[in-house]
Amino acid sequence: MTHLAPLSRRFFITTGLSAAGGLVVGLALPGRADALPINAAPWTPAGDAKAAEVNAWILIEPDDSVIIRVAQSEMGEGIFTALPMIVAEELECDWTKVRAEYAEAHRNLVDGRPYQRMGTGGSGAVRRSREFLQQAGASARARLIAAAARQWGVAPAECAARDGKVTHTATKRVLGYGALASAAAKITLAQEPAIKTPDQFRLIGQPQARLDTALKVNGQAKFGIDMRLEGMVYAAVTTCPVFGGTVKHVDDSKVKGRRGIQQIVPIPGGVAVVADSFWRAKQAVADLVITWDEGAGAGTSSDQFRKEYRDALDGPAANAKRSGDVNAAMAKASKRIDALYEAPHVAHAAMEPLNATVHVQADRLDAWMGTQDPDGALQRAATAAGMKPEQVFIHNCFLGGGFGRRAVNDELTQAVIVAKAVGKPVKLVWTREEDMQHDRYRPQAAIRFKAGLGSDGMPVAWDMRTAVGSISRSLGRDPVTSGVEPSAVEGLANVPYAVANLNVDCILKNTHVPVMFWRSVGSSQNAFALESFVDEMAVAAGKDPYHFRRDLLAGKPDFLKVLDTLAEKGDWSKKQPAGKGRGIAIHESFGTIVGEIVEVAVSPKGEVKVERVVAVVDCGHVVNPRTVEMQIESAVIYGLTAALYGEITIKDGRVTESNFDGYEMVRFADAPVIETYLALSGGSKWGGIGEPGTPPIAPALCNAIFAATGKRIRSLPIKNQDLSGRA
Amino acid sequence: MIEISVNGQVHRLDVEDDMPLLWVLRDELGMTGTKYGCGIGQCGACTVHVDGEAQRSCSLPVSAAAGTKITTIEGLSPDSSHAVQKAWIAEDVPQCGYCQSGQIMAAAAFLAANPKPTDADIDANLSNICRCGTYPRMRKAIHRAAALIVR
Ligand code: FES
Ligand code: FES
Repeated sequence: MTHLAPLSRRFFITTGLSAAGGLVVGLALPGRADALPINAAPWTPAGDAKAAEVNAWILIEPDDSVIIRVAQSEMGEGIFTALPMIVAEELECDWTKVRAEYAEAHRNLVDGRPYQRMGTGGSGAVRRSREFLQQAGASARARLIAAAARQWGVAPAECAARDGKVTHTATKRVLGYGALASAAAKITLAQEPAIKTPDQFRLIGQPQARLDTALKVNGQAKFGIDMRLEGMVYAAVTTCPVFGGTVKHVDDSKVKGRRGIQQIVPIPGGVAVVADSFWRAKQAVADLVITWDEGAGAGTSSDQFRKEYRDALDGPAANAKRSGDVNAAMAKASKRIDALYEAPHVAHAAMEPLNATVHVQADRLDAWMGTQDPDGALQRAATAAGMKPEQVFIHNCFLGGGFGRRAVNDELTQAVIVAKAVGKPVKLVWTREEDMQHDRYRPQAAIRFKAGLGSDGMPVAWDMRTAVGSISRSLGRDPVTSGVEPSAVEGLANVPYAVANLNVDCILKNTHVPVMFWRSVGSSQNAFALESFVDEMAVAAGKDPYHFRRDLLAGKPDFLKVLDTLAEKGDWSKKQPAGKGRGIAIHESFGTIVGEIVEVAVSPKGEVKVERVVAVVDCGHVVNPRTVEMQIESAVIYGLTAALYGEITIKDGRVTESNFDGYEMVRFADAPVIETYLALSGGSKWGGIGEPGTPPIAPALCNAIFAATGKRIRSLPIKNQDLSGRA
Repeated sequence: MIEISVNGQVHRLDVEDDMPLLWVLRDELGMTGTKYGCGIGQCGACTVHVDGEAQRSCSLPVSAAAGTKITTIEGLSPDSSHAVQKAWIAEDVPQCGYCQSGQIMAAAAFLAANPKPTDADIDANLSNICRCGTYPRMRKAIHRAAALIVR
């Protein structure tokens, strides 16, 4: 137990010990791929024994190179580059000598939460941590300067730091950070330095190549699924196909005595087969004959749920927002339009199926995986193992996609149970089928709008109502007694359009199908409905959809700048030939406004080809323009897959789609040209970037299809709509 | 015993004939650059070269790979110097990176057979899934790699 005693931050500072539990980006790590030592003490140096820790975020090596710790998860969004850029901006180190490694959840637990909240979600990595990361960099820089000044016997104010070196301006004496780091770590400042304001940024805002690219073109990047430990065994799982069901009986006669099969272990709602290779475990699990108790969800179907959600719209609701008097205004309106929109469950389907590798010892548990919530994973593993949280070490790896799914680590609970049962390190991997059929999906929703237009065609009354699954309730986190879940009405309750009389109601309704955060959460289905309906209102008013939005956004300069830039870059005023159409949508989510124009071609047979997407983004400020562009491309494609094909279908209580053959994805042939432009408003706005590109794509596409065909899509996915025979 | 040649090295393996090459590479040989995405030949994350042709290793029994020359992402070049890797770095293609070994192996084999591809050739011949949506960057990188190879 001694090696687990909580070590104070002071201990690290005074000894200059470094930590390198996680992976180090930009380093080839030869020899670390296989059979990692599993007894590494916390924060024991791995490849960086000579590095001095200046503070919990920053290590400096004798050659002036810098390791910057990242507390959020790298799942493709580029956070392993953007967050180090923020630290380096203040540190004034040489950016070409920066590497990134994960911060440790264990240290966060026992060392006074130096990394604050480590979870990655809500497009919040930059927004939530920018200020304290700037501070960490600035504080380290001030200490390095103070260390140099002390050595030279001069005042710190006479020295300057740049490119990893401190210079005494008058005498031109120079000391590198590497030579100063150990001394700097021991310095206490009388006053912490102020952080830079955006006009002083030199690195932030300049496009930088990603630090993780080199590892991702040669197979060296390590994902959770790639973990290998000495003596490790493999587990494949199957759980009741009907959510909430349990195992009645397992007949293992077909797999007994098969080569490599070691043990069958019960897990919540299912079983795991443990074998000496994953393939053997996977084959065996498929050959088990299991009788299930299907539980309350047995016999249910998507068709039934669809009707239940529609019907719920006529039942009691909780009010999320009210202004003016909708009923009175509606009665006086010169024109009424109503519409019902529907969105199905969709799966996250990250490329890397869920997995976790766990080693349990008497007084210590180690888990290697890709998680969006290392703090939560640590607690989860402790609970599953019946151990103290301080005994748990989560080693985060690169995530092969997250999109929200890796925020709640069901796979970790299973892996802990299995590892305890077999007494060996276990790598537990979900098959693609398990991953698709036991996701926590985007909630199914029915959304109804009623609007009254005045004599000028502009809306005077707008009633919105959504019936949707509660994520908090599904996760057992919060019963949401108010009846209004913020994520359920995001995009609706904060509708940017000026309408004097507005009412937004929320009906939370869950089935046995688990639901969770899916890239852009409520804004995903709500923007589809809302921005499609705005198009419907514009058509009813006989107005151009761009100008109609413009009029409703008067007095909102951020929105107008995005919209006007979009109309210009997206060639809004240019005519389209027959069979082609252009659609527009704009939506704010996670503090960022994104407008998108889609150009689509619809063949006489009804085949949809998305040709071009133009996106304009206002996230206030940009850390790395390169990754902003990449995230918009990614969010657009992710949203396109859902809009065109995404649909999880329940039949007999279970998910019918099981793999990519029945759950189609956008591939090269479907991928449009995507252009991204920035229309930054600056100021105090720092918006997120991982998700906000997704909400506008479905409505912009559906509006484009309307422009091309005259057919209005009110229910997703588009593949289910008959678009043949142009109107 | 089955003998296979991977990246120029011969391995003798005591495994079932029907164990897919993917799992031989990953679990028996510890070469984890080749990824599991679907196991049914749909996603291409497991793409390797078998005698120079792109093959989805999850759907190739190891017995069928005996006597061939297999190249994995680890063996495409010793130092990420293959034109496709260089182009991928220049365009900063990968996001999460999980699909990228397969994408690069597929693109490398494709370019060997189609040195000057059009966008339509790319659409018709490359069907690996990238859930992060790196297609626009991969498309640029493929054209860049083609130019590098021609030069
Ligand atoms: S894992 Fe082989 S094609 Fe998907
Ligand atoms: S880069 Fe993430 S799946 Fe392709």
